[in-house]
Amino acid sequence: MKNSMNMNLNISLKDWVKSGAPFIWLNAGAVAISIIMVLGLMGFIASKGLVHFWPAAIVQAQYTLPGNEAVNIVGQITDSEMVSAEQLLAIGLKTPNGAIEAKRLLLKVGNRDVYGGDFRWVLEHHLTQQTLPQKAMAIERREWGNFYGFLGEVFEGTNKVADTKEDDVKAWQVFQSKIERALTIHDDIMDIQKGQIGSINYKIERLRLEERGLELDEQLTPKEVARLQSERDALNAQYAVHQITLSHLYEELERDHFTATEMTGQTVEIKMSEVVRAFRPNAMTAGEKISHYFSKLGEFLGSDPREANTEGGVFPAIFGTVLMVILMAIMVTPLGVVAAVYLREYAKQGFTTRVIRIAVNNLAGVPSIVYGVFGLGFFVYFLGGTIDELFFPESLPSPTFGTSGLLWASITLALLTLPVVIVATEEGLARIPRMIREGSLALGATKWETLTRVILPMASPAMMTGVILAVARAAGEVAPLMLVGVVKLAPTLPLNGNYPFLHLDQKFMHLGFHIYDVGFQSPNVEAARPLVYATALLLVIVIALLNLSAIYIRNHLREKYKSLEI
Amino acid sequence: MFVSASIEPVNSYPVPALEMDGDLQNKTSQTIMLAMEEQSEVALRVQKSGAMTFFSVNDGTILLNEALPLSGAITAFDVNTQASGLMIFSNNQDQALLVKHSYKVTYPADVRLITPQLVYPYGEAPLELGFGESTIQDITLRDGEEAMVIAGVNSEGALQVNRYLKEIDFLSDEVVLEQESVNLPSIAGQINQVEIDQTMRWLFVLADQRLLHVINLEDESLTQTITLDSVGTISSMAFLLGENSLLIGNTQGQVSQWFMARQGEQWRLNMARSFVLENKSAVQTIVSEQRRKGFYVAGEDGHVAVYHSTAHRSLIDEKLVDGDISMLSVSPRAKDILIETKQGNIHHFKVDNEHPEISWNSMWDQVWYEGYEKPEYIWQSSSSSNDFEPKYSLVPLAFGTLKGAFYAMLLAAPLAIAGAIYTAYFMAPALRRKVKPIIELMEALPTVILGFLAGLALAPFLENNLLGIFAVLIVLPVAMLAFGFSWANLPAKIRHLVPEGWDVVLLIPVIILAGWFAIDISPSIEVFFFNGSMVDWLNNDLGVSFSQRNALIVGLAMGFAVIPTIFSIAEDAIFSVPKSLSYGSLALGATPWQTMVKVVLPTASPGIFSALMIGMGRAVGETMIVLMATGNTPITDVNIFEGMRTLAANIAVEVPESEVGSTHYRILFLTGFVLFLFTFIFNTAAETVRQRLRTKYGQL
Repeated sequence: MKNSMNMNLNISLKDWVKSGAPFIWLNAGAVAISIIMVLGLMGFIASKGLVHFWPAAIVQAQYTLPGNEAVNIVGQITDSEMVSAEQLLAIGLKTPNGAIEAKRLLLKVGNRDVYGGDFRWVLEHHLTQQTLPQKAMAIERREWGNFYGFLGEVFEGTNKVADTKEDDVKAWQVFQSKIERALTIHDDIMDIQKGQIGSINYKIERLRLEERGLELDEQLTPKEVARLQSERDALNAQYAVHQITLSHLYEELERDHFTATEMTGQTVEIKMSEVVRAFRPNAMTAGEKISHYFSKLGEFLGSDPREANTEGGVFPAIFGTVLMVILMAIMVTPLGVVAAVYLREYAKQGFTTRVIRIAVNNLAGVPSIVYGVFGLGFFVYFLGGTIDELFFPESLPSPTFGTSGLLWASITLALLTLPVVIVATEEGLARIPRMIREGSLALGATKWETLTRVILPMASPAMMTGVILAVARAAGEVAPLMLVGVVKLAPTLPLNGNYPFLHLDQKFMHLGFHIYDVGFQSPNVEAARPLVYATALLLVIVIALLNLSAIYIRNHLREKYKSLEI
Repeated sequence: MFVSASIEPVNSYPVPALEMDGDLQNKTSQTIMLAMEEQSEVALRVQKSGAMTFFSVNDGTILLNEALPLSGAITAFDVNTQASGLMIFSNNQDQALLVKHSYKVTYPADVRLITPQLVYPYGEAPLELGFGESTIQDITLRDGEEAMVIAGVNSEGALQVNRYLKEIDFLSDEVVLEQESVNLPSIAGQINQVEIDQTMRWLFVLADQRLLHVINLEDESLTQTITLDSVGTISSMAFLLGENSLLIGNTQGQVSQWFMARQGEQWRLNMARSFVLENKSAVQTIVSEQRRKGFYVAGEDGHVAVYHSTAHRSLIDEKLVDGDISMLSVSPRAKDILIETKQGNIHHFKVDNEHPEISWNSMWDQVWYEGYEKPEYIWQSSSSSNDFEPKYSLVPLAFGTLKGAFYAMLLAAPLAIAGAIYTAYFMAPALRRKVKPIIELMEALPTVILGFLAGLALAPFLENNLLGIFAVLIVLPVAMLAFGFSWANLPAKIRHLVPEGWDVVLLIPVIILAGWFAIDISPSIEVFFFNGSMVDWLNNDLGVSFSQRNALIVGLAMGFAVIPTIFSIAEDAIFSVPKSLSYGSLALGATPWQTMVKVVLPTASPGIFSALMIGMGRAVGETMIVLMATGNTPITDVNIFEGMRTLAANIAVEVPESEVGSTHYRILFLTGFVLFLFTFIFNTAAETVRQRLRTKYGQL
């Protein structure tokens, strides 16, 4: 049976519009767009963040701009984009075959000390003879960013011990062993400088403060002066010993060097002490690449930043974030739970509780920066200033607690996340069926016993949810911290081996602030970008995991009580 | 911060080293200048004879007497600026000497000791002026980094100007002055006073107590002559800090502020504002503060007023001493003043005037700042120079805040509410349980990450694909509808493969494809319509300026942050509409959409309203996104392609740098409070509505 085209339609356009279906589709579209945005964003961060550790191939090619001589170019391709013909025309270039767009590649050529910049844009259609030379190496250095080129000769002191022209495999092995040696020495130096000398300096500073304190109390007797002086002398003697070891180690560290050829053919001399890692990505097997990937990932998670935070790891930031969040959780949990228990179990429901609830919800809506301002004005300057005058007069005028620091940051964030804990706990308490309470009371338990033995254990998953959500919120909050405690680079961790071990007055590093700082305030944003993506990914993963676990616990709980209610 | 200033007398004593001729003060011993040093411990009195007396501010004890190494009688005197301490004296032999009073601070035995001294920056030998035989009656000096200008009026009423270029002698490191002649246009009237502004470009000449001539020293022409008859008879004239604004006082107690500003093509002297003494007595002396744009005015009969120019604020206006005031001096920190009366006494006062810069006017009204063409709203809190006029208008910041929130809501409100409607009412419950956590995850994403992506990834992308974004706006709904219609017309067999309430899953690939398509074709459209680049087209053809980090970016990123907030609350409100209502409606034959629009939405509307309020509150207070995704320029411009600075971002940027306790610091705290109030009102309204709603549904 043949019908006309119109008859084939199940529903005509007019009827379809009349049924309201288009609006429903649009609404569905809104949900779909939101979901795509969330998942797309996470995927984008993940893809950008994860590739950072992968050893990208080093490309060698001839780059010939019309009218110019061909130049040799060596580097890693980090990005690409399309440019329109008009833009190219403006600088006197053309697209291939008159296409409307041409592909432009961002090459990381490194060698900032030689060329001035790390990156170079090249037009793909002007690149010829692209190869992936097996011997091309990438060197991560402590200063001046990466180096790309070809290994030449390796020297021990002034003696040449290996030459790639004679035996490349051997030279590479010797080169790697020399790097290994330099790294070991460097670690030793860091150990002495940061650990031992740092601790001596800290003790000397404490002696100075003790002396000043005694002087303020007018108890600085000659005997005390002599004791302090002898202690100081002992520390200075230790310091001198370390100093000698250090200078010896430095001599050892600076001993070896090697030469390398960079892309323009220039030979550069580099000290082994500057090298962090050297590898030949093009010659790596898949297994080597994977192990390189994880070693880089380990470095990212476990070591200190280098080069104004644009290279190296983010360990201090992870540490600072975690410590701050733990302190915050310790403060916010009891406070939030007690408030919620009072509101739900003890207070008579009425006008007052309604006002309190509105206030709590209001607190949740106050912009985080306002908490920062409050923390700065009230905690740091008012409370901190008072504490300093009362307990730390010896170090004035340099403030101890009268300046932003870990303690004030965690208290401020505790205040910020308090509503989250209260609301979640209250919700949990509200879900516990009345009959359970009544059952407990009927068996002769007091209200307190009912609360501690029956209600709170049952509501504990809800409290957990609240605390987890609070932690997730605090971990991602940056704006108030900028006012009350984070710094771009903290010299020591707030938890270390010097008495009193936990330094609540110290400033600390934070993952979120690290992202802001490196992404927007660093001198070399382009080079730092992959690291920022990796940091962002780390933060997103942590927060997503925390949130998902909170959601899981909550849903689980709902199911549990649903069965109880019937 | 809004507390008015107060002034307290401390002490008074006879003028030190004042010689008397019987009952009258000795003419040559009269004070021509009073000054104090930084700590307000030592003061300097310059006598008409050129003798200088340093004395203690507390009790008038003479510390040091110095005479000038200048022969002949002193005829005229001027100070460069009070802060520089550089003075010029001219004698009747056509010579001038430059002297500077300065103070050495030492701490012998941990006690502060201030030793006054005189310094001759251009040598002790007097400068030959070459102004001619007749004596100089009035002289004025302006000293700068590279040049110095001296202007003088002789007893015949002739005006002459010398310009000196400074060069550092590379052998002796001394400053060598090289004179340049300046020819002046002829001017009318008998000259009373001459002044040179900071730029050394404008020479202001007051003549006949009513004519003000403005002479351009660069092209040596008369720029303007103003008859000040509207102002009245002029009794005093002085510069405000920065030497850009003239303060002109008249005999009726009015002080007006004038400065040069461009009016179209020409430079004109403009009157920005004026102040009036309470007792309307003739203005006798005007002294400006050395660190702020405030000034002191002495009227007749011991009346003193303190004003602040930018804030247009009268801080103090009271009678402080008996008798007329002959001299007034303000300490560098503006915490002490010395008043010399005609009776020969010096009165020392303490002033408590911490924050004169702030007034309702200076924060929320247009203010005519020095050097600007017209009154404007400007936020510019600090600068490197000392004589900078802080501009504390909160209007650009408040405007930026609302602009950002508006664009964010423009994206977030439709998406979130439409999404909430679908999720709460049409979506399959199983899918809903999966979608809600995703939206919650969206809420939990740290804003620093959104801001970072917006600033570093989205902004450059948008700059290259601006048209693509607008294309997406059109293509997406069309694609969704087209798909919906074709879906409705697919054979039932295929349609039934997807259970009811799951159709949103089908849309995801459609949207991705449509979005990709829109972005992909946009370069071709751009080439076709906009000559290749929409940004250039906006800039050149429409004259709309485009900056990379603009309100569009903020709208997108902040919209993203606000969507989940609105979504959750709105979804909650719609979902908690009792099912009996919608079932009833459906049973009466309404379509699901009719039920939605006519029954469910009206019932849930207060909840949706409160969702919007809370979303708005969040958008207003958001910091990191705005900080990272805009250029943070405090401009008042509705253009979506321009950036802005919000209250929150401003706090984050400026609080760490502001000096604790300063006006700037306090005003930042005030903005924090404004922000708090703003969100407090929004949230309380929303929360009250929500609680009402809850009780209402409870009854249903």
